[in-house]
Amino acid sequence: MNFFLETLIGGLLAGTMYSLVAIGFVLIYKASGVFNFAQGAMLLFSALTFVSLHEQGVPFALALLLTLLVMIIGALLIERLVLRPLVNRSQITLFMATLGLSFIIEGLAQGLMGAQVRALDLGIEDIPLFVGEVMISQFDLIAAAVAAVLVALLALLFNRTRIGIALRAVADDTRAALSIGINLNRIWQIVWAVAGMVGLVAGLLWGARQGVQFSLSLVVLKALPVLIIGGFTSIGGAIVGGLIVGAAENLAEAYIGPLIGGGITPWFAYFLALVFLYIRPAGLFGDRAIERV
Amino acid sequence: MNTITRPVVEPAELLAVEDIEVVYDGAILAVVGVSLRIEEGGIVALLGANGAGKSTTLKAISGLVQADRARVTRGQIRFRGQDTAGVAANVLARQGIVHVLEGRHVFAHLTIEENLRSGGFLRNPSRRELEQDLERIYAWFPRLKTKRKTQAGLTSGGEQQMLAIGRALMTRPSLVLLDEPSMGLAPIIVEEIFDIVAQLNAQEGVSFLVAEQNINVALRHASYAYILENGRVVGEGAASELAAREDIQHFYLGGKAD
Repeated sequence: MNFFLETLIGGLLAGTMYSLVAIGFVLIYKASGVFNFAQGAMLLFSALTFVSLHEQGVPFALALLLTLLVMIIGALLIERLVLRPLVNRSQITLFMATLGLSFIIEGLAQGLMGAQVRALDLGIEDIPLFVGEVMISQFDLIAAAVAAVLVALLALLFNRTRIGIALRAVADDTRAALSIGINLNRIWQIVWAVAGMVGLVAGLLWGARQGVQFSLSLVVLKALPVLIIGGFTSIGGAIVGGLIVGAAENLAEAYIGPLIGGGITPWFAYFLALVFLYIRPAGLFGDRAIERV
Repeated sequence: MNTITRPVVEPAELLAVEDIEVVYDGAILAVVGVSLRIEEGGIVALLGANGAGKSTTLKAISGLVQADRARVTRGQIRFRGQDTAGVAANVLARQGIVHVLEGRHVFAHLTIEENLRSGGFLRNPSRRELEQDLERIYAWFPRLKTKRKTQAGLTSGGEQQMLAIGRALMTRPSLVLLDEPSMGLAPIIVEEIFDIVAQLNAQEGVSFLVAEQNINVALRHASYAYILENGRVVGEGAASELAAREDIQHFYLGGKAD
């Protein structure tokens, strides 16, 4: 029983890390209907920037602030140079643009700051914590707490502020939003900046866990099954999807793994996503069109 | 003896559309020669069958054509004497032209109240101003207040139409472009909506340009009307005169206006 609990809790906590990545996608997808392939590159870029600054002796808080600033400026540039010229184009055009963008950002990141693996120490000691008999990773616990705070802040932004209502209005009906004077360019700038901030948080946590290097940008691929399970349009869905993927991976590795020789973690999430595509293609919390019957 | 000759006061021109042509995707001609004029405080109807070019004309005026990959390729649109060519829809909304789209287009996942609030954002009002404006809209549409916390997508067609108009009024417009407000609604609801439009016009001085297929209702509430066919204005006149003409009724059924 303890083993089961340990596996489950470990999986859930690891899952919040997936959720963090997925939330970045949901933000941009909701506001502009674009699957932002460059989210992983943004994550890598932010983590690399932070590490580079920190290595130069910039104190933690200042480095964090400067990185945040870089991500916001990046978002403004992306909106101005990539999105605005492509306004009113089809979704696939925009998707291809973000694909190209991801290569540019990755190249820029490695060109400017080097391609070697860098260690990122957030000062969180990974000493296992015991709750009763159950062992919990302290790092995972803190990561989960950070994710929870971030989500709470986003929920406040979306539901309690004018910007949040405008963001949701644009997500619902771009044309109507335009007709009542909502400035789409401004909205896109805000959304990309917020997605950049989420990418920064995710990048730091992932970077601290597996080192800051090129492969960090590949966590995008882990976000895909999370999005398919949770739904592309719901932040809540991204969280639940992440938890499901994390827990399922861990449990499958522990219980099914020994039967077929292990190595389940890399593919189990995709298998799960495939099952969901069959039974619930919009995901658990994805928006189905509201229609009054 | 001096007689003081008073100048005849021409009602001020609010909007003038002069011989515009609109092309979609650089190839499809939707409007080929539309001219119309709205005076300050007027209600003008734009009549015509499906595909006559009513919606395109409205979108050309509100700037939303750009969002449909269309362009005004000829002619001029003036709002308060200013040429609006190339001005984005959200900027025109700020200047006072608001477009209530065909099919309502309320923000389905937002509550009624959030929908209304979103219409007020462009003026960047204080919290108190925004609340006052909300109450003003609720006074016009009491039905919306009773459902303020309901997701807009779950309300009835009539409520959505009222919401779309209310949301537009939150921008404090001087000209409302109303596209097919009667679409899919029961006659009694249509009547209610047009009555409110007429009162808004009389009491708050808001001008309306209403595109309608429902000619009878539109002519009863408008003062002047234009008839569109195949992207051209084929007739115009005071609403009362047009209502009396038989060929108009005939045209409504799909015949030719001559």
